[in-house]
Amino acid sequence: MKIEGQVRIPSGCAISAVISREGKRMSGEMITNSMRPMHDRSNGLGGGFAGYGIYPDYKDFYALHLFFNNRSTRKECEAFLKESFEIVQSEIIPTRKIPAITDEPIIWRYFVAPLKSALVSAQMDEKEFVTKTVMKINTELSGAYVFSSGKNMGTFKAVGFPEDVGVFYRLEEYEGYSWTAHGRYPTNTPGWWGGAHPFTLLDYSIVHNGEISSYDANRRFIEMFGYKCTLQTDTEVITYIMDYLLRAQGLTLEEAASVIAAPFWSTINSKEDVELQKKLTYLRTMFPSLLITGPFSIVLGYGGGLMALNDRLKLRSMVVGEKDDKVYIASEEAAIRTMEADVTNIWSPAGGEPVIVNVKEGAY
Amino acid sequence: MSVEFIYPEFEVIRNENRCIGCRVCERQCANEVHCYDEEHQCMKSDESKCVNCQRCVSLCPTRALKIVKSDCTLRENANWSNDTIKEIYKQANSAGVLLSSMGNPKPFPVYWDKILINASQVTNPPIDPLREPMETRVYLGKKPSRVTRLANGELSCELPPQIELSMPVMFSAMSYGSISYNAHKSLALAATELGILYNTGEGGLHEDFYCYGENTIVQVASGRFGVHEDYLNAGAAIEIKMGQGAKPGIGGHLPGAKIVGDVSKTRMIPEGSDAISPAPHHDIYSIEDLRQLVFSLKEATEYKKPVIVKVAAVHNIAAIASGIARSGADIIAIDGFRGGTGAAPTRIRDNVGIPIELALAAVDQRLRDEGIRNQVSLVVVGSIRSASDVIKAIALGADACYVATAALLALGCHLCRTCQTGKCNWGIATQRPELVKRLNPEIGSERLINLMSAWRHEIKELMGGMGINSVEALRGNRLMLRGIGLTEKELEILGISHAGE
Repeated sequence: MKIEGQVRIPSGCAISAVISREGKRMSGEMITNSMRPMHDRSNGLGGGFAGYGIYPDYKDFYALHLFFNNRSTRKECEAFLKESFEIVQSEIIPTRKIPAITDEPIIWRYFVAPLKSALVSAQMDEKEFVTKTVMKINTELSGAYVFSSGKNMGTFKAVGFPEDVGVFYRLEEYEGYSWTAHGRYPTNTPGWWGGAHPFTLLDYSIVHNGEISSYDANRRFIEMFGYKCTLQTDTEVITYIMDYLLRAQGLTLEEAASVIAAPFWSTINSKEDVELQKKLTYLRTMFPSLLITGPFSIVLGYGGGLMALNDRLKLRSMVVGEKDDKVYIASEEAAIRTMEADVTNIWSPAGGEPVIVNVKEGAY
Repeated sequence: MSVEFIYPEFEVIRNENRCIGCRVCERQCANEVHCYDEEHQCMKSDESKCVNCQRCVSLCPTRALKIVKSDCTLRENANWSNDTIKEIYKQANSAGVLLSSMGNPKPFPVYWDKILINASQVTNPPIDPLREPMETRVYLGKKPSRVTRLANGELSCELPPQIELSMPVMFSAMSYGSISYNAHKSLALAATELGILYNTGEGGLHEDFYCYGENTIVQVASGRFGVHEDYLNAGAAIEIKMGQGAKPGIGGHLPGAKIVGDVSKTRMIPEGSDAISPAPHHDIYSIEDLRQLVFSLKEATEYKKPVIVKVAAVHNIAAIASGIARSGADIIAIDGFRGGTGAAPTRIRDNVGIPIELALAAVDQRLRDEGIRNQVSLVVVGSIRSASDVIKAIALGADACYVATAALLALGCHLCRTCQTGKCNWGIATQRPELVKRLNPEIGSERLINLMSAWRHEIKELMGGMGINSVEALRGNRLMLRGIGLTEKELEILGISHAGE
């Protein structure tokens, strides 16, 4: 049977997220528990988490999380990294042996900084260089897979139910100002840890619930710009799209949301604000191939914030709640109530309406 | 009879019990097949003149007529078909190049018919176009590689010139001269009403039709007939015709008999003179020359009009398209080997060029591989027959399709493939006033609007089934397609998987 990446596997899902506007750090236990009431939205074939602000001691270094099939691949990959990176810390990611999670690969993390000389020679800025390196390892180094590459953030994922994955990775030992979580319901048995979510690139992480119908249009467009969709998953292509729009094109989050979940032409035409109408028309005309159709609810994590977004028809559930400095986002209200029983102001954002929450400046 | 005799291809069958001798058939047939026999008081027919255009059949009030293929055949021979033998006789009689009209009728593979479309089941929902918005609007034109911002940080919303279409279909180039005034008017009226564009072809633009300029593509071909500054500025876009799918590598020839009155005036050539377009543009012998013409036209129109470069689908089309994309063109139109024509040498029409499906797939992929797909829009033409052909073309990577034969069929064409005679009984491919007036432009445009509205409904239904609610999300979405009965190589070129995979 073909493994994920050789074949496209549609999935249903559960997502959950929390962020503190004040930058107060929360242990990973809460987000792990939020996935428990949504158990039936996953089928044990993938779960994962992303935490932001979890590596304050290494916040100036890229935290690379990798899966290796065996020790020799790890050695080979380290040798490759050393050619163009300074590696300040290299360690196994601590896990807890539990019956629910088996067959784990070698799970390792490196805190690295690209060498100045390598950047000059490649004529790239730091982020571009790290992006290219991640693509290179994932496409060319068989048996090695980078699943997290941002600064002061990290992704933790596995084949299993998400609540078990959280326990496996000892998330209660990490503290972050924001967390996202994902439980997967693939329609096939990928059996590969890299296929679990969140999917990340640099600081961007995506958890996504849905199956987008625009997938191949989006993929074939974004691959023109150096991205390689090795997993054939929606989450992967959405991550690359967000990286392209936000980092490469310099769009704001709201502008990027207006590209991927563009308002209908009828909505644009009915806007009374002429400048806004012009801008929305421009974005749709400029990036038609990055419109995402079909059902999705996503939470995009980035350094200092989260953005939640539904497809423009709102074909997937997603609710948002608030309490004090915290904002909660999840597929189901039950998940939010698990994190904060006294949550106030619960609402269901409209299709295509981005919910952007930023940590206050200086607090992360 | 003699060695020169070729038995007529069709027989006119008249049911004498039904015929009332009204002589409609006689009046309707410009080929003079029917006549009234005063002596015997009955209708007679000379089937040797019949082209099977079905005009008499359609207008006979008592349904007394039918045209059938003659069963008088030569001895069967799997190698020497009847048609092949008769063509040899014709050439032995005339010493001439064989002429044909409309698209290649030979039994080459039609890849559209070997491609199947996807639909949503369970894992994501189909969308009901009757209940949810379903968008078919597209913009054709160059998309800049980067967004730019003004000094205040706001987005600069300036874009190179774009064509807005309410649906991804346009009427393809057919010149005034090759088709009639009324046919052009029908196309112009329908395009305006539909929010799409029609194309003047290479014969200039009749002054009556300048008012439809916003829905007009003006063409510049190698003969430069009717090209002047006002003409270039009259349309929404300019198309440089480098080639045509029905006759790649050769020019055009509109006989002097059709260069009469307004056709002569519009083309800016003397009445009765043959309008011969050279095979190449004599100022374009290479790709760098094309770039100069593209920018000459942009200069003449102050960079306000997108420039389309239309080429025939030939063997090396991917590399050619890549060159065009880098030549400053905003849109590339590719015409496949099954595309129609008002007249072409038969051997060229039936043997030169490649199928549009393969050309499109190869070009789209090549432009993506080179990272320049966004610099141009792709329009495909050459036998787009239905809404499902449109859907398949877009999923393979086209931005829009041109249709011509389908539009002519809507106007009454019965595909008898004798446009070159100029005796079109349906008032389309003729300049004879008594024939032209048979095509009422109001009715013609209404039928075109009906056809396109029907296709738009079908496009929406097919997209909705796939869970796609905007045509942008279908473009290049090859996962939505599967091949059936295709070889590995064909699938590889089309960039699609086989059904069941």
